[in-house]
Amino acid sequence: MNLTLKIWRQKSNTDKGSLETYPISDVSEDMSFLEMLDVLNEELIEKEIEPVAFDHDCREGICGMCSLYINGEAHGPDRRVTTCQLHMRKFNDGDTIFIEPFRANSFPVVKDLVVDRSSFDRIQQAGGYVSVNTSGNTQDANSIPIPKDDADTAFDAATCIGCGACVASCKNSSAMLFVSAKVSQFSLLPQGQVEAKERVINMVNKMDEEGFGNCTNTGACEVECPKGISLDNISRMNREFITANVKK
Amino acid sequence: MSKSTFYTSIGYKVLMALSGLFLMFFLLQHLVINSLSVISPDAFNEASHFMGTNPLVQFLLQPVLIFGVVFHFIMGFFLDLKNRKSRAINYSYNKPSANSSWVSRNMIISGLTVLAFLGIHFIDFWIPEINVKYIQGDMSGMHNGEFRYFHELHEKFAAMPRVIAYVIAFIFLSLHLMHGFQSSFQSVGIATSKTRVAFYKFGNIFAIIVPTGFILIALFHFITQH
Repeated sequence: MNLTLKIWRQKSNTDKGSLETYPISDVSEDMSFLEMLDVLNEELIEKEIEPVAFDHDCREGICGMCSLYINGEAHGPDRRVTTCQLHMRKFNDGDTIFIEPFRANSFPVVKDLVVDRSSFDRIQQAGGYVSVNTSGNTQDANSIPIPKDDADTAFDAATCIGCGACVASCKNSSAMLFVSAKVSQFSLLPQGQVEAKERVINMVNKMDEEGFGNCTNTGACEVECPKGISLDNISRMNREFITANVKK
Repeated sequence: MSKSTFYTSIGYKVLMALSGLFLMFFLLQHLVINSLSVISPDAFNEASHFMGTNPLVQFLLQPVLIFGVVFHFIMGFFLDLKNRKSRAINYSYNKPSANSSWVSRNMIISGLTVLAFLGIHFIDFWIPEINVKYIQGDMSGMHNGEFRYFHELHEKFAAMPRVIAYVIAFIFLSLHLMHGFQSSFQSVGIATSKTRVAFYKFGNIFAIIVPTGFILIALFHFITQH
């Protein structure tokens, strides 16, 4: 198929940036979206044009590196997939595709479609962990009985890959879905209870400090999340944050 | 709970939700009293006189209500402004309809419409009432030997432009409630995967029944005098 790509080009964080138009032909419907961009970059290099910078790593929907706001949606028009899992069969011959970086003040553009999502790392560092004695006598996690429902819900929350689609999709650039998933994956398990209060308070405070917006419960994050992280996590985090502050 | 707790994104959400829930409760009792004007003018007069002269209602509940309304609107503007600032550069091509409803994204528009309506409503009813009771000092609630409340309400809805304005405002109130009701339970952390659907459905019922009730009352008074 033949396509017209409108791609955001921005030399650096301080550059203004603009949408540039690139026609591309003979795109196979079996290609992934990133493979299509690889082909475009090969063509640009041959023409001695700076290739388009974009984030990618595992290319199998696990690492959360690929981002891209494609035709007005994070990770494109498909559901429960990352951009690397999005295939060109989702588009039609002759389509014009708009490709932009994830936009939020807390995700500054580094170059072209690459954004700095280290704000997520800093939120994780503020409390997204369990302190475990690893000096050789670590207890086997399976020796602690955990209700199946709690284990399943915690695991579902833990599937968040921190890609930032929630922030990109939210009209307020809120990171509540990401933070709530990271809070929930620990708070539902006995190992996470010890630091539960400090965790939720510190992570929420860090989230605010990083400049993310407020959640207004539009639910866009849940729809666009490639891992289907549930809004239940946000409600749980709100509940935990309130009780943690009451019992402080 | 420390003061700083409320100065967080979740603190703001909770305060917005609690003030919203309080205002929804007020709407419900307002509808019940207004409904009396359709069923029995005497009962409406009695209820209005009680609400208008009872010291607990006038000097405790009324200030709390005014505070709740003002707080909800100011907080709404503040949060909307803050949220807009969190994305300095907007998308060139965006498709929000693919993942969220219009009502959930435009609470500020429906809220502003309701605020404009409140201005009309205050000029129509609240300011004249305060004038009669606390400036002229007439707490009797009487006019020409009978209670004035029903006649005042009835006569206000003689003019079609006012009725149209009320209908439009209540349609926007309905849109506001459709998102606001279930959203407030999410914000205070009560909603779970098991209860969310129930809050959503009950919220839609509330958002339809309450504004429709107010619309029907306005239409009743308009029709019965034309």
